[in-house]
Amino acid sequence: MSEAIKSLRSRQNALADSFFQLEVLSKTTHSHDDQASFASKLRMSNLFPLKPTGIEIFQINVGKMCNQVCKHCHVDAGPDRKEIMSRETMKLCLEGIKKTGAHTVDLTGGAPEMNPDFRWFVEEISKLGVEKIIVRCNLTIILANKKYHNLPEFFKTHRIEVVSSLPYFNAIRTDAQRGDGVFEKSIKALQMLNEVGYGKSDTGLILNLVYNPSGAFLPPSQSALEVEFKNKLKSNYNVDFNSLFSITNLPISRFLEYLIDSNNYDAYMAKLIEAYNPSAAANVMCRNTISIGWDGWIYDCDFNQMLDLKVNTKHNHLSDFVNEELLNRSIVINQHCYGCTAGAGSSCGGTIS
Amino acid sequence: MKTYYNPEDLKKFGNIAEFEKNLANKFFSYYGEVFKDGALTAREKSLIALAVAHAIQCPYCIDAYSVDALEKGCDEAQMMEAVHVTAAIRGGASLVHGVQMMNKVKELTM
Repeated sequence: MSEAIKSLRSRQNALADSFFQLEVLSKTTHSHDDQASFASKLRMSNLFPLKPTGIEIFQINVGKMCNQVCKHCHVDAGPDRKEIMSRETMKLCLEGIKKTGAHTVDLTGGAPEMNPDFRWFVEEISKLGVEKIIVRCNLTIILANKKYHNLPEFFKTHRIEVVSSLPYFNAIRTDAQRGDGVFEKSIKALQMLNEVGYGKSDTGLILNLVYNPSGAFLPPSQSALEVEFKNKLKSNYNVDFNSLFSITNLPISRFLEYLIDSNNYDAYMAKLIEAYNPSAAANVMCRNTISIGWDGWIYDCDFNQMLDLKVNTKHNHLSDFVNEELLNRSIVINQHCYGCTAGAGSSCGGTIS
Repeated sequence: MKTYYNPEDLKKFGNIAEFEKNLANKFFSYYGEVFKDGALTAREKSLIALAVAHAIQCPYCIDAYSVDALEKGCDEAQMMEAVHVTAAIRGGASLVHGVQMMNKVKELTM
């Protein structure tokens, strides 16, 4: 049985402070070695400074509140986190989506559904006519309270693409990372999504799963693991889904805490650095994505957001941003970026090379 | 404390080329080919390697293929079953020789 954990913030852990996290990342043996700095690797790949290729994906973190407290969470989310996007900021997001012309809106959290204005926001985004709306649903929220039981129907109404974490097709691995009982509830939620047509081949209702390692190792080949997941989930639980995204854990927040506490930090960083892949670096998600925080600040990605590394532009809030500035910015990088360039690469949409 | 095995030496495996480059290159090239997806998946090969590592009781190989099996998507139960395959074959290999012992005993006794 995995022990119940609380957010770094509620435990007043030093790692709750993003400055301290950056200090830890900068003080590793590897970052003292210039050859091992992420900037130098990008320079060798002719990618420095890292520039955007456009703004295709508008990712919005609508709040850090969550019904789960996963051991590896890069957001340090949990029930105690009260940072929630207001309707006013959501209105700024709607303007921002129009202004950037992004074709995909990606809603994340915390558990985004816990934001009291979540459904209103989805309805308003739907009216904009973007190509795709993604909701990163943690599955257990669907069962957490009666008011969430009809989320599958709501998602269906708005043709939402549902992306959900399931770190393994058994309870031991899943619960070790996401909390006791999470696997069983997740399977039930997946069955509820299947019931309304999600993950079924002829409906066009997309249900994608996310695998990330339950420990200090790199993820397997996405395609091979997808076959394994499909077989096991179908035969054991009669669950269908569309694609599996394989994601690497980045060394920040609660996963950073785990790495340090388990004495895996140095070896994990060395592994990420050794596995640097230039073709993954060329396709990192920050090149076509912007990430919006609950309070309207703009970041290059959700990880930079959690490290409070705002976009490097004069106007970096939704209330006054300038498209041209965003398109010409240099993306803010640090040692954690190695997590997105290791092996087959990693993004919110899985591998990238 | 000095020991014959040092975990850091695993990372230096490639250094064997220092004394004999040609054969090392051939070996590593062959090694890489062996572990690619083929008639068996890379994942299945990783589990076989883990089982063999236990049969030959090579600490470097156990270290390397515990990590590799995790990174190929194997779980604890699958990895332990692979080790039981090692144990079954090794134990069976001893026990099947019991027949030889029995043959000899029967040959010599009334």
